[in-house]
Amino acid sequence: MKTLKIEELSKNFGSTEVLRKINLEIDEGNFLVLLGPSGCGKSTLLNIIAGLETINEGNVHIDDYNVSKVEPKDRNIAMVFQSYALYPSMNVRENMIFGLKQAKVSKEKIEEQLEKVSKFLQVDALLERKPSQLSGGQRQRVAIGRALVREPRIFLFDEPLSNLDAKLRVEMRREIKKLHQQLKTTVVYVTHDQTEAMSLGTNIAIMNHGVIQQNDTPENIYNKPSNTFVADFIGSPSMNLIKGNLKESSNKVSFITNGSNIEIPINGYDFKEKSDLDNKEVFFGIRPEHIFFKKSNEEDFEINLRADLSEYIGHEQIMTFNFKNQEVLAKFPSTVKIDLSKNTKLFFDLTQISLFDAKTEERI
Amino acid sequence: MQDKSHSSYKQLEQKSKYTNMFLRWFLYFVLVIFALYFIFPLYVMIVTSLKTMEEIRQGTLLTWPSGLNFDSWLVAWGGRGYGAGDTFLKPYFWNSIKMVVPAVFFSTFIGAMAGYVLTKWRFKGDKWVFLFLLFGCFIPYQAILLPMARTLGVLGISNSVIGLVLVHTVYGIPFTTLFFRNFYVSIPSELVKAARIDGAGFFKIFFKILLPVSTPIIVVTIIWQFTQIWNDFLFGSTFSFGEAAPIQVALNNMVLSSTSVKEYNVDMASAIIAGIPTLIVYVLAGKYFIRGLTSGAVKG
Repeated sequence: MKTLKIEELSKNFGSTEVLRKINLEIDEGNFLVLLGPSGCGKSTLLNIIAGLETINEGNVHIDDYNVSKVEPKDRNIAMVFQSYALYPSMNVRENMIFGLKQAKVSKEKIEEQLEKVSKFLQVDALLERKPSQLSGGQRQRVAIGRALVREPRIFLFDEPLSNLDAKLRVEMRREIKKLHQQLKTTVVYVTHDQTEAMSLGTNIAIMNHGVIQQNDTPENIYNKPSNTFVADFIGSPSMNLIKGNLKESSNKVSFITNGSNIEIPINGYDFKEKSDLDNKEVFFGIRPEHIFFKKSNEEDFEINLRADLSEYIGHEQIMTFNFKNQEVLAKFPSTVKIDLSKNTKLFFDLTQISLFDAKTEERI
Repeated sequence: MQDKSHSSYKQLEQKSKYTNMFLRWFLYFVLVIFALYFIFPLYVMIVTSLKTMEEIRQGTLLTWPSGLNFDSWLVAWGGRGYGAGDTFLKPYFWNSIKMVVPAVFFSTFIGAMAGYVLTKWRFKGDKWVFLFLLFGCFIPYQAILLPMARTLGVLGISNSVIGLVLVHTVYGIPFTTLFFRNFYVSIPSELVKAARIDGAGFFKIFFKILLPVSTPIIVVTIIWQFTQIWNDFLFGSTFSFGEAAPIQVALNNMVLSSTSVKEYNVDMASAIIAGIPTLIVYVLAGKYFIRGLTSGAVKG
């Protein structure tokens, strides 16, 4: 039984297509992050799961029950919003029990729930305060508390940390992770922040232009991006995509970048389909953190590149190299000294590369 | 070099000090002039209303009255006590109250509802509805006199306080809707979404969540509507006469219909009485004029 199942879901606002044939499944207790740039439809998808937006095509199932036409309050979900959306005229207590009161839950049960949740989130001292008297972090806690008291099947989070400052964001991120570890409730979490997505999710669905580009574990998203969009979107700085061609001769495959004769052997690469590779136009993808200054294993490919630019950011430095007029970025510890405008010996970790078809931009 | 620039900075500092001082005094001078200019008519009205006719004839406009003499105020409010032709404000004052209170209430309430629907329950064509309502703000009073007279006739409520309540409510809705719509646009729709998930319906969200944070705009609307309706003369004089007339119409009749000597003191007292309620509304409601009561609750 899937806690949440979305089938062939499409949505448009007038003539603008926002979501196209979305299919998604979440197992009980999983933490799914919807990640994508603004305007990719991730918030709309969340609103549809909540029942706040109507569906043009397709279905939403919660616990195998089709809820496509069920009111938000009857879907057994709870949502935490970016702006917290605490009711300004009510104090914390009233805010937290508003939903239970609407659902006509008995007074004793409401008090019991309130006490349990407010203790758990450490907001029990704030119950009589108005939202305007709370700090950003406290408001966030109350907003989560309001969702918790309902004991929902699914938690929906809509960019809940975007309004917090950088330090508080990291703290709250950890708290949400702890919360999920303790409660083990299914979560759908929308964000545009890849760090949040990576650290929180058991699964990440990357969206762009209303389509899910890849739905996978954080490890696979990072190591095996399914297309150039995902490769480019995840990682900071993002993956180097070097344009060039494949060469296949006597069962040996290698990559040659445009206008060069350097052959990078890629025999170890795990091709999806090992046919018709010769002369294929491809992007050779390698992450900046997989380019080394020292040889780390036997397979590493040695190459001499000219350093053009150095960006120092404290614990590390990002160097830009020139590879036949294509920029290649690499990340090194800031203790390493590299001279600019000189050729430097580098090592590509070939076990960590990705190859994409230059035309379809899909992983091959 | 160092010393020279240092002394020239000193000079500049002095200069800017004098310029600022001059500008400040000039500002106060202008403000005082305008304050006097605006207070002058009120001064003349109050002073004149406290004088006897004898004093008015002998002194100038600015002369201080000989004592606090409220006779003309009593006459203006309660009349002289003889029958025919004695117009005084008391009954018309209550007419106006009976007209203003429901008209302000209904137009504000309907405007709040309409603003709520137009911002939080968007529907197809809502922009057009709003545009037409906005259009209503620009229709001059004169243009709706005839159609409205006909409507009131058909409904059988012409020349009545109820008729005037209807006219003012209808004419006020475009303005009140505009106020509330612009206010509710700034309130995040996430509040409504959260309430829907919590299980609150259309009316519950309006009364429990939006209305409690609407105090600033309710006050603005009430002040606006109260002033408009209380001070209205055109609708009052067109759609009512005799006993059903509101106070502004009665004031006009009183001042224009005196056959014998013009009693300036009574006229002035009447005019002040007719203006007092709007002043009271401003004084009482003014302190709630603080904007942004919700701002803290929503954004960090």
